[in-house]
Amino acid sequence: MADTFARPGPRPAPRWGRPVERLSRPIRVYLLLAWTWSRALAQYPASLLLMTLGTSLGAIAEVFAVFVVFRHAGALDGFSLAEGLLIAGLASLMFATADMLMGMVEGLGQHIRTGSLDVMLVRPVSPLIQIITDRFALRRLGRVIPAGVITGIALHHCDIDWTLGKILFLPVLLVSGVAIAAAIWLAGSCLQFFVIDAREAANSVTYGGQALTEYPLSIYGKGVVTAVTFAVPLAFVGWQPVLYLLDRPDPTGLPESLRFASPFVAVLACTAAALLWRLGLRRYRSTGS
Amino acid sequence: MTSTHTPETVIEAVGLGRDFVLSEGPLFRRRRRTVSAVRDIDLTVRSGEIVGYLGPNGAGKSSTMKMLTGILTPTTGHLRVLGVEPSRERTRLAARIGVVFGQRTTLWWDLPLRDSLELTRHMYRVPAADHARRLAELTELLELGPFLGTPVRQLSLGQRMRGDLTAALLHGPRLLVLDEPTIGLDVVSKSTIREFLLRANAEEGTTILLTTHDLGDVERLCHRVVVIDKGSMAYDGDLAGLRATVPVPRVLVVDLTAPAPALHVEGARCVRVEGPRQWLELADNPTAVIGRVAAEHEIADLTVQEPDIEGVVASLYRGAAAGEPSPSPSPSPS
Repeated sequence: MADTFARPGPRPAPRWGRPVERLSRPIRVYLLLAWTWSRALAQYPASLLLMTLGTSLGAIAEVFAVFVVFRHAGALDGFSLAEGLLIAGLASLMFATADMLMGMVEGLGQHIRTGSLDVMLVRPVSPLIQIITDRFALRRLGRVIPAGVITGIALHHCDIDWTLGKILFLPVLLVSGVAIAAAIWLAGSCLQFFVIDAREAANSVTYGGQALTEYPLSIYGKGVVTAVTFAVPLAFVGWQPVLYLLDRPDPTGLPESLRFASPFVAVLACTAAALLWRLGLRRYRSTGS
Repeated sequence: MTSTHTPETVIEAVGLGRDFVLSEGPLFRRRRRTVSAVRDIDLTVRSGEIVGYLGPNGAGKSSTMKMLTGILTPTTGHLRVLGVEPSRERTRLAARIGVVFGQRTTLWWDLPLRDSLELTRHMYRVPAADHARRLAELTELLELGPFLGTPVRQLSLGQRMRGDLTAALLHGPRLLVLDEPTIGLDVVSKSTIREFLLRANAEEGTTILLTTHDLGDVERLCHRVVVIDKGSMAYDGDLAGLRATVPVPRVLVVDLTAPAPALHVEGARCVRVEGPRQWLELADNPTAVIGRVAAEHEIADLTVQEPDIEGVVASLYRGAAAGEPSPSPSPSPS
């Protein structure tokens, strides 16, 4: 058995393939881990089904509340029922998608406490990818799907002047919104590097922010609108894209060009969140064992 | 690999240290205090060595391990592992070393062992054919067959540890870092793991660095021991040398035919009496002492106990504790 411990051969990537590899590998690992976890959790189909249904009901109830408010009031700040549902549906869709892709990062504090972050750090894969796929919950689709359906219905009922520009820009807006929401999730969770029990504080921005964006932002005070536009860029998840689609002037008086800023804000937010993550990881002290 | 004449350096640490800043006291009147967990460690480990890293709880063993694997960034000193600075190139280093934490698993708790190992394969990018061959060999050596399909959370501690070792070795690491690999295992499991590690070291030349409180591990595995106490290195050398540094006398256990008061014999000191059995610490040649005892009493049976390494390390700790006051500010109880 002389070759019992023969090492696997080296696997150098071709030099020209490296930039592609650097981008594609994290995505491949993400999909692999997410798939493995989904399969593992699908071993209990009844449980998965009930959890997904429960999550869906929660999401539907949230939008139903918006529905009731608009039915009762007729219109809110000049926004009709269909338009209100579009705002709520789109915000919910973006947040739910970000939550599905990135939401597990709020378990960071738990990973630090139990030492499982140490285990992730000794594997040759980014610990961020390992955290956000840990116990990857397919049931979160239960929020994405109803939000998507409601958005679709609302889009159909709204009076939108579909130009080519809008059709092309809509996917950009969607991706930017999801990226901003994901960056908010990540940045909020990074606080747990510094203050272990920051999870609840971060949730006030993540879940709280989502509840906030389900209504036209113009119903809130000027201070709130400024804060969610320039400090925590929640306004770019849902609100600004809808203003763009409906060709509405901004009722809060902010410049109209802001609605095209989404992609830039997304890049900025993701960069800030990534820097915070790096800083946190560098300052990480591990637990005693 | 490298030539056998000059084994390459696997770990090189010079003046390695890690401080922690603690904040304590009530809010607004918090005071900051720096505590060094590890200080001034010089350690060179060459390819093919098995080094035991020993020390009492809180001595800085785990902190050192975490610096070696890149989890913690050192505060002072110079550190290279496989030619790489661990905290800067953690991911690159991770692909070339294997790490086992005895107290927590690197496997996925809810996945069957086989799936966990398959995931490991993808993370370390081992080609499928290599993986299959190596897994088959490790399955045979560590007898994983019966529980490959069992979810990790349902494995016994011994099974889980064998699974963890497999996961750490599937990618053929040059260096294996083991943090208490036999903690909580029964005698048979311990022995399986020790023999396996010896084999990995002999056949593949895998360098092994392990921390342990189990001195059976040290005696069976380690050519070299490094003892760390209160963050500083207390000893670095072979096991015999450690025994010589802190002489712990051999003990002669004598069973007399009848109970007797404590013996007073030249070259020995009676440390314990239990009915007819007496324990004598030897300062002299055992044969001479036995002769002297036999001249006065009738002996039913006798054995000589070699000092075990546990006693040696314990007295080394005591010596270090009594010898010099700790340079780090000792925390006042609050």
